[in-house]
Amino acid sequence: MSEHMQLFEVFIRSRRGLDHKHVGSLHAEAHAQALEYARDVYTRRSEGVSIWVVKSADIVASQEADCESFYDPLDDKPYRHATHYQLPEEVDSM
Amino acid sequence: MSTDNPVSQYAVRLADDALILGHRLSEWCSRGPFLEEDLALSNVALDYIGRARMFYGYAAELSGDDRSEDDFAFLRDCRDFGNLLIHELPRGDFAFTMARQYLVDVHSVAFMTDLQSSTDATLAAIAGKAVKESNYHLRRSRDWMLRLGGGTEESHRRLQHAVDELWGFTPEMFEMDELEKSLAGQGVAVDVSRLQPAWDTEVRATLAAANMSIPEEDWQVSGGRQGKHTEWLGHLLSDLQFMQRAYPGLEW
Repeated sequence: MSEHMQLFEVFIRSRRGLDHKHVGSLHAEAHAQALEYARDVYTRRSEGVSIWVVKSADIVASQEADCESFYDPLDDKPYRHATHYQLPEEVDSM
Repeated sequence: MSTDNPVSQYAVRLADDALILGHRLSEWCSRGPFLEEDLALSNVALDYIGRARMFYGYAAELSGDDRSEDDFAFLRDCRDFGNLLIHELPRGDFAFTMARQYLVDVHSVAFMTDLQSSTDATLAAIAGKAVKESNYHLRRSRDWMLRLGGGTEESHRRLQHAVDELWGFTPEMFEMDELEKSLAGQGVAVDVSRLQPAWDTEVRATLAAANMSIPEEDWQVSGGRQGKHTEWLGHLLSDLQFMQRAYPGLEW
């Protein structure tokens, strides 16, 4: 594999109305090629109607060390959870 | 093993084109330059095998005897195959495979677009499916022409070599014998002689953009439609047909 290859993350929307989901990663020279390979590698069985590719290097991820300050303070704020709403049965993609 | 029905004969030619090129592409499976391209090439190979099945299936239906698509694919010898020679050339290196694919793809897109208007409804329907595939194949192969042509000194050299080797096999894509002229006159077959100017313009533009020099047009080879093949087809068929030859009637 050439030294120019970059890692891309692939997101696929399986049908209209749903959001894009991360399905995996691949190597490509550039965005346009990454999109084509995403089509060939991840949609061979009609999995998608829309593809996003993002350079893995462009993703900024939270770290394990962030957990305490990021998430712990939310544990005692149950009023932020929409647990009291009843979802109509027709809504199946929340 | 030939059949008198001209449409069936025409369908067998188109099926042979697809089967032989599909087989050449399938030879890359697990040998691609990297995983993503390996899968992409195998996808293209499968598109061609699927195309071959549809054309053979229709030819079998028209032949009016009890032959199946498998009989056409596995039980005919070289002289009965009517594929264009460019499809049977060994896969070569990656540049050769991609250069051939590009030259064939430009032709296929135009060919299948035209065949969609065939007065034969089945051929038109197969073409409708194939043209979408070929559009995608072309997108890939054109991209590789530019990438290899403008890449390293080695990739440029290999691509130029491939184009030079292939060039004399391209005029055959636009030749027509009596069978095809007659079918084209009835609106069944594509008049391929009309496709050449647009193909030429498109290919020359891409070759220029890929920093390729246009080969000298001082040789050309043809004969595939009449069953006159290169030595490579026999080797290919011995591989492709081995199972049915060694174990006649084998099913699984």
